[in-house]
Amino acid sequence: MSTWALALFQRDLRLSVRVGGSALVGVLFFLAVVTVIPFGVGPDLNLLSRIGPAILWIGALLATLLGLDRLFQADRDDGTLDLMLMAGRPLELVVLIKCLAHWVATGLPLVVAAPLLAIFLNLEPAAMGAVTLTLLVGTPALTLIGAIGAALTVSLRRGGLLLAVLVVPLAIPVLIFGVSAADAAIHDPVPFLTPFLILCALSLIAAVIGPIASAAALRFESD
Amino acid sequence: MFEDLSFSLEGGSALVVTGANGIGKSSLLRTLAGLVSLAHGSIRLEGGAPDTPSEEHIHYFGHQDAVKPALSVLENLQFWQSFAAAAHVSGFSGSSVDPMDALNLLGIGHTARLPAAFLSAGQKRRLSLCRLLVTPRPVWLMDEPTSALDRVSETQLLGLMNAHLAAGGLIVTATHSDLALEKTLILHLRAGDAAAPSPEEALQ
Repeated sequence: MSTWALALFQRDLRLSVRVGGSALVGVLFFLAVVTVIPFGVGPDLNLLSRIGPAILWIGALLATLLGLDRLFQADRDDGTLDLMLMAGRPLELVVLIKCLAHWVATGLPLVVAAPLLAIFLNLEPAAMGAVTLTLLVGTPALTLIGAIGAALTVSLRRGGLLLAVLVVPLAIPVLIFGVSAADAAIHDPVPFLTPFLILCALSLIAAVIGPIASAAALRFESD
Repeated sequence: MFEDLSFSLEGGSALVVTGANGIGKSSLLRTLAGLVSLAHGSIRLEGGAPDTPSEEHIHYFGHQDAVKPALSVLENLQFWQSFAAAAHVSGFSGSSVDPMDALNLLGIGHTARLPAAFLSAGQKRRLSLCRLLVTPRPVWLMDEPTSALDRVSETQLLGLMNAHLAAGGLIVTATHSDLALEKTLILHLRAGDAAAPSPEEALQ
């Protein structure tokens, strides 16, 4: 099993690094979202540090949505998807590995950039660490949930917008627990671990449901 | 799409599907490849692994090349070699060819390190053909295999197809040009009317 899985992972990672620098574009979009918020809400530092974790999470969600539409569409356009269906490998695992490669190429850079962007929002060091940790645990869930939308819209020419509409409602639980875990780290009375563990659970659930639902959608689409 | 369509092929023989444009040659091949589900009927491959669906014994060589322009030629081929599972049936003696040897065989060995974006249409087609050589599978479904190929490559392709047949493989191909294959059956598809919906099958 490991040989083909590794080959697929490497190929997807190479493709996303070589084509269009998707990691950089995602991080730049993240930066753009986070920097326009202070202009919108005004230079109130206390307000910024209070809503900072939420802004970082929403920025990460939007930046994740940005590259998702090509997750399966690029493979469908050149006939690769047909061959993947015939390759004799479990499609659910193929989807999971593709998501993993996609997350490493686009999600992980967001996590790395988060502490830097947190400075713009006047976050304390503890809050910075908490937001980064929740993003590290939570962004895989965003990618995996997004894969369902990407698989459903794979045959649509301009599916990116529909994908966002489909995925955002499903991502709300992740957003809620991600932000509340980060908030809990700043405000003492609330325990940090409770929402954080629920966030971990959401990622694990997404790792099961995402690939199964996406594989079903892709099989249906090939008919 | 199809009604009353039934045929069987034995190891080492080829089926050439002919017919007018839009008659459903490509659809027939996609159905055999398991990419279009059957409304009725069945497709069976005898001698294959019992728990493996028939499409996993099949190489589909369609209109699309499945070549990633951002990867090098060799990377493209190596990916397919490790990703697609090899399949064997009794009576088929095909074996795996090393990716570099396959590229050399089809005359694009000198491009191995180049990004596939630099390849011409015919060269991409040949790279896609290499995919069939690096992973042995008994059944080849080839949709217009000669398109975008020059004369020399066409002869080469025929040689490869005949070698595949000689090793006990099966080929189903949709084509407009005459292919000098050994042991060929011809399936001519034509539009059926309600009274006589029977596609012809003739032995050459």
